[in-house]
Amino acid sequence: MSVQSPTTHSASPSPPGTVSVLKPRRHGLSRRRRAAGWAYAAPTAAFVVVFFVLPLLLVTQMSVSDWGLFNGDQGLNAPHNFTAAVDQRLFWPAVRFTIEYTVVTTVILIGCALGLALVVQESTRWTGLLRTAILVPSALGLASASLLFYALYSPDSGPFGQVMQDLGISNGPVSFLGTPGHALWSTVALIVWRYAGFYMLLLLVALQGISADVYEAAEIDGAGRWKRFRHITLPLIRPSLALCTILCVTGSLLAFDQFYILTKGGPDNSTLTIVQLVYNAAFQGRNDLGLAAALSITVLAALLVLNIGQFRWLRGKEN
Amino acid sequence: MASTHSVRAARPRSTGVANLAVRTPYYVLTGALAIIFLFPLFWAAIRSVSPQAGTAQVHGWGLGNYDTLTHYQAGIWQYVLNSFIVSGLTVVFTLAVSLLGGYAFARFAFPGKNVLFMLTLAILMVPYATLLIPLYVLLDRIGLQNSLLGLSLVLTLFQLPFATFMMRISFESVPKELEEAALVDGCGTLKALVRVLVHAVRPGLVTVGLFAFLAAWNDFITPLVLISDSTKLPLPVAVANLRAQVMGVIDYGATEAGVVVLALPCIVLFILLQRQYVRGFMSGALKG
Repeated sequence: MSVQSPTTHSASPSPPGTVSVLKPRRHGLSRRRRAAGWAYAAPTAAFVVVFFVLPLLLVTQMSVSDWGLFNGDQGLNAPHNFTAAVDQRLFWPAVRFTIEYTVVTTVILIGCALGLALVVQESTRWTGLLRTAILVPSALGLASASLLFYALYSPDSGPFGQVMQDLGISNGPVSFLGTPGHALWSTVALIVWRYAGFYMLLLLVALQGISADVYEAAEIDGAGRWKRFRHITLPLIRPSLALCTILCVTGSLLAFDQFYILTKGGPDNSTLTIVQLVYNAAFQGRNDLGLAAALSITVLAALLVLNIGQFRWLRGKEN
Repeated sequence: MASTHSVRAARPRSTGVANLAVRTPYYVLTGALAIIFLFPLFWAAIRSVSPQAGTAQVHGWGLGNYDTLTHYQAGIWQYVLNSFIVSGLTVVFTLAVSLLGGYAFARFAFPGKNVLFMLTLAILMVPYATLLIPLYVLLDRIGLQNSLLGLSLVLTLFQLPFATFMMRISFESVPKELEEAALVDGCGTLKALVRVLVHAVRPGLVTVGLFAFLAAWNDFITPLVLISDSTKLPLPVAVANLRAQVMGVIDYGATEAGVVVLALPCIVLFILLQRQYVRGFMSGALKG
């Protein structure tokens, strides 16, 4: 770039009316455009190299090193961090819980989002208001939403305990986060509230891409409501459903904020997710960055395999 | 969204009394849905100013809980300021980098272009936690650990996949003639960008800026890992820490007030810029 820097921007192209002059200079022009392209992409490249590529290399090095939070790099110790990560008492329970949470969340969330999208797909003033109401929670951060539900679920401050006692559903204070089962479902409810609008919007775009003619033709052929949904709507929105599923699975596997705030992994470590395990290894108690790095490399590898699998499966379906 | 009108208009509609009888349960059910989604927000807002045992607002209605926030550690204003600094810097960095990057990817051919673009999108594939562990060490080495600047640089990186993608398709949808006319008029590519193109891609910039602001304002795990100085914490982590202040006893009133302070800017922005917000999704859904 420095070779031609004096002329890159300052040299003005030929004045109007002398277009023919451009031709012989074409080679120089394209080289200049190449340099300009690199100059405009340079900030992106700098960010990607410094804050993405370097950290990926560093985390790989850390995962095979004895690397404490306070004493830093103490030299290679491969593959100790990886065996230590898998041998942790809480590793397999965390894997199990994370997968269970992911399956439950994905099924319920995508189901709700599809239902909502079907309800609000007509374009009227009323459905416009509905869409806004359903979308507002997705402007909140997940941490803010978790704090809100933490108060909402509390027996002291929350509104549900009194209502349920009055209705005779429960005869004591209701514990939303006190047992492993309750904690899971209460968190799923929070996630549905926060994310339903987001996925509804993605599915709505797909639903509105279906031409009304297709439905009319099916109606004339005598297809009922359910048949139309089953044989027209579902197949036509499948790419969007697949996108939603991939986003939801990835997001749920990496769940952290909601459990950190609502349950801190409890009760009895029953709601500990993998990312919480990474965080705890690095910053709470163990202070072992090498172990945390090994764990997070494992998570990255699992996620890559899963995503490649999902893309393959999608592409296979498309063909 | 333009094609959404009249999708159902062609269908015959029942009229009059029959219509009302059919539509009433629909309005009741969908109205209930809207209430379910709005209820927690209104509840938190009302609860934060209503009388409640165990909070600063025991008798009568008032702002006692907000008063608690102003006296919590560095005071709520410090945390609000931190959050605005981090979000502001993230928005500025994201807009600058993705404006130039989007221009480069959409309009120029240069060696390594596809590799760089794929690498930028690949940021999406890597979990935050996997990057935050080494970034904690890396930022320490370059003296940016525990700083709002370092935090916003990392948050900018997380925004780059969406922002670069969005700005690339924004530039690609601008007619080439517009740029060529500017070049013939004697502008360099930079002048063409600043004088002409930046106006043509303004809607994309608004969407990118909105998403960057919301993401930076709300991010939790990044400051949790990268910021250890309690006076430099952004709002979400500060409010989460506040719960555990008094041993064993949680001040729910202050938590609810904190949630209101956290949520208010997001909801206002969302209502004002709903169209830009929705467009962000559409581009992702159509091309993704």
